[in-house]
Amino acid sequence: MTPEQALRAYVLRLGDNALILGQRMLELVAAYPELEEELANANFALDYIGQARMFYSYACECEGAGRSEDDLAFFRPEHEFRNLLLVEQPNGHFGDTIVRQVLFDVYYLSLLEALMRCSDARLAEIAARAEKEVRYHLRHAAQWLVRLGDGTDESHQKAQQSLDDLWRYTGEMFEVDALDEAMMTSFDGPDLNAIGVEWQKKLSGIVAEATLTLPQEKSMARGGKQGIHSEHFGYLLAELQILPRTYPGATW
Amino acid sequence: MSEQEWPLYEVFIRSRGGLSHRHAGSLHAADDQMALNNARDTYTRRSEGVSLWVVRSDRIVASDPAETSAFFSPAEDKIYRHPTFYDIPDGVENL
Repeated sequence: MTPEQALRAYVLRLGDNALILGQRMLELVAAYPELEEELANANFALDYIGQARMFYSYACECEGAGRSEDDLAFFRPEHEFRNLLLVEQPNGHFGDTIVRQVLFDVYYLSLLEALMRCSDARLAEIAARAEKEVRYHLRHAAQWLVRLGDGTDESHQKAQQSLDDLWRYTGEMFEVDALDEAMMTSFDGPDLNAIGVEWQKKLSGIVAEATLTLPQEKSMARGGKQGIHSEHFGYLLAELQILPRTYPGATW
Repeated sequence: MSEQEWPLYEVFIRSRGGLSHRHAGSLHAADDQMALNNARDTYTRRSEGVSLWVVRSDRIVASDPAETSAFFSPAEDKIYRHPTFYDIPDGVENL
């Protein structure tokens, strides 16, 4: 694999994370009990879709094969998506949604900060745009986690359960594979080990403030980065892709 | 589950540096930080501002509409409170 091929695959993977998380959040549109949270969620979801578009269009340019961002989003099968298992997990209840968001955003923010310093100018630029959005998403989600954890007995217990349930999808984030290595050596990319240490530290702070306990479970699920997804993923993709696949070329 | 409504907050936005904050509207939030987030997400989606204030509506002390005449009417006939009431003598410079 040449460094250029690695860069393309890496950018595509960043796009997959953003697209799939955005799609999950969009499932909640019109479901929030409060207008203000409804707006916040829809804004955030569209932020991720916007990031996915930036990553995808850059991946298309790197590829130079005439594919469009729509082709990447709507016409790839399940195993070609390389997003983390964490972002495809169902929304569950509000505690699950918030915990998923905190676990991912703490990681994603550090990753974007590192990417802002990588040697590929275009990727660094995209990361800088996304970083501002994600910093706010994390602020929002972390405050909610503190409210839930440090709220009523019921909200505390539910938030702890969500944290325990989603914990096993966090290991994959810091698993260094060939792409991560290529990015690090050829483009001065993120060091996932360092990001893992930072993640543990930042997350511990939020979790402690929320009076919750960091799970100690060491056994982790993996597969997203290799295109092997959890059973929920097919349904998500079907809903995402059905319209352009049924009516190819459809426009507004 | 509690069906209690979140308290109401008033939102003030400074549209750019140098201008004062202006009342933009109101929203519901469970606490101050949430109110600030909600104000950002509800009222500044199209780059409306560079600074936000939120304050709980019930913390605002407001004049009573029924007292309008006692509060504001007496000012109407006090023309000497306006600078235009005064004649400026010829010869006064730098005024």
